[in-house]
Amino acid sequence: MQASLFSRALKEAGIAAAIAFGLFALMLGVKTEQSLNNEMVLLPRPGLLATVVGLVFLGRFLLTLHAAWRGEPDTTKRAQSPFMLKVEKYGLPLAIGFLVAYPLMVLASVGPAGAIKWIDNFGIQILIYIMLGWGLNIVVGLAGLLDLGYVAFYAVGAYSYALLATSDPVKMFMAEWIGPGFWAAWSFWICLPVAGILAAFWGILLGFPVLRLRGDYLAIVTLAFGEIIRLVLINWIPFSGGYAGLSGIPRPSFFGIPFNASETGFAATFGLEFTPIHRTIFLFYVILALALVTMAVSMRLRRLPVGRAWEALREDEIACRSLGINTLNTKLTAFSLGAMFGGFAGAFFAARQGFISPESFVFLESAQILAIVVLGGMGSLVGVVIASIFLVGGVELLRELEFLKAVFGDGFDPSQYRMLLFGMAMVLMMLWKPRGLISVREPSVFLKEKKRVAGDLVKEGHG
Amino acid sequence: MSEPLLTVRGVKTYYGKICALHGVDMDIHAGEIVTLIGANGAGKSTLMMTIFGSPQAREGEIRYEGRDITRLPTHEIAHLGIAQSPEGRRVFGRMSVFENLQMGAAVNGLAHFNEDLEKVCTIFPRLKERLEQRAGTLSGGEQQMLAIARALMSRPKLLLLDEPSLGLAPIIVRQIFDVIREINAKEGMTVFLVEQNAFHALRLATRAYVMVNGRITMSGTGAQLLADPQVKAAYLEGH
Repeated sequence: MQASLFSRALKEAGIAAAIAFGLFALMLGVKTEQSLNNEMVLLPRPGLLATVVGLVFLGRFLLTLHAAWRGEPDTTKRAQSPFMLKVEKYGLPLAIGFLVAYPLMVLASVGPAGAIKWIDNFGIQILIYIMLGWGLNIVVGLAGLLDLGYVAFYAVGAYSYALLATSDPVKMFMAEWIGPGFWAAWSFWICLPVAGILAAFWGILLGFPVLRLRGDYLAIVTLAFGEIIRLVLINWIPFSGGYAGLSGIPRPSFFGIPFNASETGFAATFGLEFTPIHRTIFLFYVILALALVTMAVSMRLRRLPVGRAWEALREDEIACRSLGINTLNTKLTAFSLGAMFGGFAGAFFAARQGFISPESFVFLESAQILAIVVLGGMGSLVGVVIASIFLVGGVELLRELEFLKAVFGDGFDPSQYRMLLFGMAMVLMMLWKPRGLISVREPSVFLKEKKRVAGDLVKEGHG
Repeated sequence: MSEPLLTVRGVKTYYGKICALHGVDMDIHAGEIVTLIGANGAGKSTLMMTIFGSPQAREGEIRYEGRDITRLPTHEIAHLGIAQSPEGRRVFGRMSVFENLQMGAAVNGLAHFNEDLEKVCTIFPRLKERLEQRAGTLSGGEQQMLAIARALMSRPKLLLLDEPSLGLAPIIVRQIFDVIREINAKEGMTVFLVEQNAFHALRLATRAYVMVNGRITMSGTGAQLLADPQVKAAYLEGH
């Protein structure tokens, strides 16, 4: 038994290696180069080819053995995943505590110079995507409406803030009616809700015509919507600045106190020495708060009738309608709420960057946010967090892998391979956990509550 | 006899250009079990769905409690006290039985939820054991029970049941039909039942209609139709 398993694994690995050799012999095995005489010469690279083929052989060999040892997939276990449930249950306070302490921990361990990278590139960047993932989760995960153009709402939010905050008429109006300096200090805090409302408005605008569509057709229309928004931003130059984008977007203030070296700045007010990291840390807490609001709202909504209606809508639209659910309104609320959170994230993004251009709102962004939701497990909030950390944090981490240069040569830039790794991660995930990282759907009502309900009944003598 | 609870007059329904119902007349009186039998593709389900507004009738009129509901959207009809257990059950597979029942009570905003939950759990003890279970993991019979229970949660005056015996073992079919009879007798609930299982359905029915190719060809009490030689030959083979 064992011997035959071994030989089978060897055989399968051999076949895989042969296929890999056939595939890569020309792609990796030879390299075209220009010689001194301007002729093209072929440089053989047997070492690289051998490495790749060897890796494929080893991988396939181990995979076969692993599959055989694991035996038949145990479906009951897979459906439960108690560890993940525990994460969902106890992890929340721990995670929030960790996130609140995160900037200070980083600051203490690497000092102010190194901390900006860790707080900004990892902390803020990941939190933006978590928030976007949670926003899209309402639309895709809960209501089951496949939205491929979510980035459009992100863009609406970002441009809303950028345009309002830099607009001269608004500035003058505010200066005249409330006082000079008011708009510069408070624009972010006023524009943030406005950006969310505008994005929600666009969500409704998109929602109306596409409400009758479902599945693939809806996906295509939302994809088109995302592209339309981007193309409008590119081509309506007087409005949006076109490719050049908008710059000089005011950064958020500490509730009216700017982050600068002046005497009225944040550092001076609180008796600290001025460093740019104050703003970064503040931005971190802002996006953390925004993300937590998104989470709280999604968790709360799931327990309300509208959240249940979303989930029922995802399961069966016809049954929903026959139970008296107005599917039109239900879809619209999902669309607009999801869009609103996208808009908040967008406004924050604009404020953090200080510069935006249509480049930031390409389809790939939508795809990445969707991938986060799908990989995380549709409808799971924790899944979105884990997937964001892997996908966004992983890409950032690639930049850090300097040692790879020693292996692959000096010109090697690992972050150029991010799409390759991204794709590989997707394929592996879908093989390993086809329904996403956290595929368990936690019911919105529990046994405890049911018992309580039954107790009430007895007491009041209904039964 | 008093005014019927539901009247269907000259209803014609089309799927695109194809006419599925060629002018159907039907009455359902309060407290009755009315059965509609017919072969595959006769238009039975279409009639039931037309009453429920999806698709809407192109011609004719449907009145419920004296009110014209022909052009109302489905979800508004559901608010008038008509509930349906759709063909193929259509339970919300990834939601728990409990949540499915909550969805059923959505029409009246969970006002009588606890009371009605107790009630449907008495009618279907099997569901009580499985309240926390995902509906998709129930057996076919249990899913059918859930679909009926979910419809009952809205306290309907008129219950529409589309093929509740579809794909179920004979013993389960008998249980389901017993429940329908019980709901009708105890609660006085009016039931409109669409069935292919003509023998059981006719035995249950106060009155019954036979549909052939989108037309009502025969009507009478359940017993009359059971005894009818034509019905026997066409639908009661083997009984």
